[in-house]
Amino acid sequence: MSRPKIARKSTSVDMTAMCDVAFLLLAFFILTTKFKAAENITVETPSSVSSKVAPEKDVTLVSVTKDGKVYISMDNEKVKEAVANDLNANNGAGLSPADIAAFKKANFFGTPISQLKSALQIPTDKLKADALPGIPAQDTAHNEMVPWMRAIVAAHASTGTKLNLLFKGDNLAKYPAFKNVITSFKKNDQFKFSMVTASEGIPEGTDLWRKIMSGQSTESTE
Amino acid sequence: MAEMDTSGGGGHKKGPGVKKAKKSSTRVDLTPMVDLGFLLITFFIFTTTMSQATAMKLFLPKDTDKPEEQNKAKESGALTLLLGKNHNVYYYEGTLDPSASNFKSSTMKQIRNEILTKKRSTNKDDLVIVIKPGSESTYKDVVDILDEMTINDISRYALVDISDVEGQLVSMSDANGAAGK
Repeated sequence: MSRPKIARKSTSVDMTAMCDVAFLLLAFFILTTKFKAAENITVETPSSVSSKVAPEKDVTLVSVTKDGKVYISMDNEKVKEAVANDLNANNGAGLSPADIAAFKKANFFGTPISQLKSALQIPTDKLKADALPGIPAQDTAHNEMVPWMRAIVAAHASTGTKLNLLFKGDNLAKYPAFKNVITSFKKNDQFKFSMVTASEGIPEGTDLWRKIMSGQSTESTE
Repeated sequence: MAEMDTSGGGGHKKGPGVKKAKKSSTRVDLTPMVDLGFLLITFFIFTTTMSQATAMKLFLPKDTDKPEEQNKAKESGALTLLLGKNHNVYYYEGTLDPSASNFKSSTMKQIRNEILTKKRSTNKDDLVIVIKPGSESTYKDVVDILDEMTINDISRYALVDISDVEGQLVSMSDANGAAGK
């Protein structure tokens, strides 16, 4: 009895399809990755269990570094223009039309209003947050955050956009710096704001954990 | 490749010196390319930090001088937390004794027990937690303690400025704690 001949098949598989998949995935990941804008202001945020995503449009972000310097950044150019005009009209910032154009391009502001004009002369890519003195908000009497916030609130009202207030503080920033910024929010009737934090897990066995496990919404805890 | 044509001038259909056109397959081995592709994918996935910034919402109360607009808190349901230096937390229930006998100290890690004890022993509607960060406390402490409110599912809490007496107590206790270490 002769054994039936087993056809010798090649063990090499056609890799073309797999290669396609691999590069398709690669292309997908590369294209969907959103690059974070280069952060000039170094702030290490604390973490919280909050899982709400920070808003991204029409944002006014107030950052406080670990040595208590306050910076403001805005993303909407129309709002920035309105803020510049407002600061000119009410706080004597003395910005020329060219300065206002630079103001619209600037990523962040961190000088007293009186020095705003000279800070705007520096090109944006050379501007270092560390070199700026920060917006003075050390004490209640000279809290320049109050006129800034007034201008920002007014600018949002005039451009018809919703103001999303974000606060970003460094782990090591002292509480008084935070308080002074809050005071400026309060004085301009802004009672609602969000604090940017990194997310962390909810500790097991706590009340919130039990609540989520039992399927209740967390939105009611406000 | 570099092979000599040894067939000699064998007088086939083609003349001498004409090589036989070798039919090589047009297929390329794609395995290394697949390797490379997946390597790149894994590289990008591992180097990408999932830095989705989250935001904690905070609602501030309106400052008011009119007593009828101020929120009332029952003394029995109030727990005041004072934040000091080096993540120290001090707390007292109800109002502070003039002799400060109910002024107790704790740390950020242990405060959860105190909050829970208070929560379990108090009527849900009466419970109010008052947070008073001292001038030496950091922003992280404030966020941590607000987070603690969320974690323990406290519905009523307030962020209040520290009073002078309390501030002195906190700085004194901070100094004592540092000396004891």
